[in-house]
Amino acid sequence: MTEGNSEHATHIISYGKLASVWLALLFLTWLTVRVARHNVGIGHVWGSLTIAVVKAGLVIAFFMHMKYEGRLLRCLLFFALSVLAIFIGFTFFDVLYR
Amino acid sequence: MSGPPHKDYAGAKLGMWIFLFTELLLFGGLFLLYAVYLTRYPREFTAAGREMHLVLGTLNTAILITGSYFAAMAVTAIQRDERRRAVGLMEGAVLTAAVFLFNKYLEWSAEIGHGIYPDSPRLVAGPPGESVFFSLYYLTVGLHGLHVLIGGTFLTVVAIRVQRGTIHAGNYVLLENGALYWHLVDLIWIFIFPLYYLIL
Amino acid sequence: MTSTNQTTPPISSFWNDTGKTGITSWIFSTDHKRIGFLYFYSVFSFFLIAVALGVLLRIELIAPGRTIMGPQTYNAVFTVHGVLMIFLFIIPGFPGAFGNLVMPLQIGARDVAFPRLNLFSWWLYIFGAGIIIASLFTGGGPPDTGWTFYVPFAERTTTNVSLAVFGVFTVGFSSILTGLNFVTTIHRLRAPGMTWGRLPLFVWSIYATAWIQVLATPILGITLALIIAERFLGTGLFDPARGGDPLMYQHLFWIYSHPAVYIMILPGMGIISEIIPVFARKPIFGYKMIAFSSLAIAGAGSLVWGHHMFTSGMSDTAILVFSFLTFVVAIPSAIKVFNWVSTLYLGSISLEVPMLFSLSFILLFSIGGLSGLILGAAATDIHVHDTMFVVGHFHYVIFGGAVFALFGAMHYWLPKFYGRRYAEKPAVIAWALMFVGFNITYFTMMVLGMEGMPRRYYDYLPEFARLNLISTIGSWILVGGLALMLVNLFRGLFRGEPIGRNPWGAATLEWTIPTPPPTENFEEEPVVTHGPYDFKGAGIP
Repeated sequence: MTEGNSEHATHIISYGKLASVWLALLFLTWLTVRVARHNVGIGHVWGSLTIAVVKAGLVIAFFMHMKYEGRLLRCLLFFALSVLAIFIGFTFFDVLYR
Repeated sequence: MSGPPHKDYAGAKLGMWIFLFTELLLFGGLFLLYAVYLTRYPREFTAAGREMHLVLGTLNTAILITGSYFAAMAVTAIQRDERRRAVGLMEGAVLTAAVFLFNKYLEWSAEIGHGIYPDSPRLVAGPPGESVFFSLYYLTVGLHGLHVLIGGTFLTVVAIRVQRGTIHAGNYVLLENGALYWHLVDLIWIFIFPLYYLIL
Repeated sequence: MTSTNQTTPPISSFWNDTGKTGITSWIFSTDHKRIGFLYFYSVFSFFLIAVALGVLLRIELIAPGRTIMGPQTYNAVFTVHGVLMIFLFIIPGFPGAFGNLVMPLQIGARDVAFPRLNLFSWWLYIFGAGIIIASLFTGGGPPDTGWTFYVPFAERTTTNVSLAVFGVFTVGFSSILTGLNFVTTIHRLRAPGMTWGRLPLFVWSIYATAWIQVLATPILGITLALIIAERFLGTGLFDPARGGDPLMYQHLFWIYSHPAVYIMILPGMGIISEIIPVFARKPIFGYKMIAFSSLAIAGAGSLVWGHHMFTSGMSDTAILVFSFLTFVVAIPSAIKVFNWVSTLYLGSISLEVPMLFSLSFILLFSIGGLSGLILGAAATDIHVHDTMFVVGHFHYVIFGGAVFALFGAMHYWLPKFYGRRYAEKPAVIAWALMFVGFNITYFTMMVLGMEGMPRRYYDYLPEFARLNLISTIGSWILVGGLALMLVNLFRGLFRGEPIGRNPWGAATLEWTIPTPPPTENFEEEPVVTHGPYDFKGAGIP
């Protein structure tokens, strides 16, 4: 028997918790559609994106277990996202000031 | 140091996460373009956004979220040695992939029928910002759809292995990694949805 | 120890101890050492082809007007020269060859984290290389866009851009998987006692390189996919008539391709950090700063891509930001140079060939780096952008830098894997020829660029003729030295004097195992008790 997965106490997420997250995600989806339909115009892009970030956070933290992972993975994720943010952000030094 | 190399669960998971980072960056390039062109063509993007199929898009969002839910439950199931449930959940996740792709097919058929596709006469003649929106839409959603297909295939392979018992409570990193990939597919759509369907 | 000159090593090693022989035992092997050699010989073959193309380019430029080829051919030749050198030699070569051969040994591991993925990476590389080669001989012929595939020309030229670009995409995917493998390996498979603070600096450089491979290459992937989409689907994302912006292509392209040059140089710097302490018999000066500077170069190097676009029509704000950051990224490189030189100070220096390549690396890389500052300062860049000055600059850093480091690594490490060594004197002569030939070839280019000769031009004004002639003659000296080096090195590896476990007296782990290494690498997992340049701690005089 390989030491595979049983060598450490892997956290097991209960079905109940997963169901709560699923419901929260569906609710947030409904919310974001509602907000978009009642706030026409470009200003709400940031609002939609904020809700999207919250949804993504739930998926990453619970569905993908990140809440229960070690510091290394969390740091690396933050690092990768920062790199992407920089790539997009620095491009705007050009795009915004032409 | 003879003998077979020991399995490294944490290493396999780290490797999978790094692969997910690469996927984030891959789609990131398309999101970069979107951000730039949204800044340049806010009105045309809004106008184009109104032509999107909000109902199908919302439905697909819910479908992917549900598939993600199934995959996450499958991990718990295998950890608890509930093999049959794990197989059923994986099959459910694969089903959500298939439904998603079918919806996409319906959506694209309708849009192409309306003359909305890259380089279509209607888009070439229309305002440039609209053409950019739809080009980005087809590329991003198309690339995402390809990943749905790949993810669905991955999950199918995993489901078969759970069924056969090669993935089990003592060694389920492949299922976990398959689920991680599937969650990535969900994550990308979580951002595609507001950017393309809720720009109203 | 007897000094026989048998043609085959009778010792049991990874060359023969699996019991399997023949080509399938190589191309389906998951042993990092075999994969390392698969990469080494593949990338080196493409290097030699690309060198030949370079020689042809210089022959064409020996005098104004047509010499041996017409303008369309010239455009194709410099494109293919660049594509081969960058995508099929340097970028895959350093991590793939010496990263694979040496890194697992240096951390005390049995193999990499994902050996089968490692093999798959090589197959992807071969597959991608095949597609690129196919693109040269099919369809509209070899691409003529330059290795940078700028739009709008890349979208409109009838040459075989899509196929070539797809080949590069595949090779890029190989690079991503290698990076992923190496990051995981270095995190997870270090031997007991091999703390981050005891990692050899080559491993630090491979680690930093691997992160660039993982995070920057996907942007290349999407950019190349976009070229294909533009050509086949007419998406118009870079076409102003359709609302697109050609500068967005340049941003996306350079977001990868600038960090990519750090993929090219960081492993080379790591190699220098290995060789100098050994041949100066002194621990490296400023270990922590060199390790940190590798990460800093990778990080800061990802912030400067706009310096390729100063004359493109980018905003002044962006020009300012990118120019400033380009100066910042020079700092960690300078830190390395200072630390290498400080290591030499009061060292017991022996000028054997690996050391000669390392010392010349320092000089040539510094010249190249300083010329990079002239390019990085936006005001001066306007004068030299897209001139031969740029060509001189990057050949100094990549060829005089990275490739010289590679040659140093070949002389330093390959004997360990073959169990035999080259003859010293011809190697020194070869080095000297290359050093002289290199400077003649490329320094003249920097002068030509300053005087106004554009790059990628098939023809030039008569006033540039003399320096072009000199540069071409320099290229012959350079290539002559290269040929001598290769003949001497490989003759030595296959038929030269056998060597023992640690001919150079180094303190890193790869020198503690038998020569050549067995497949298993270490009989027992090593326990590390001293630093990588702690000769006393390793019990080496």
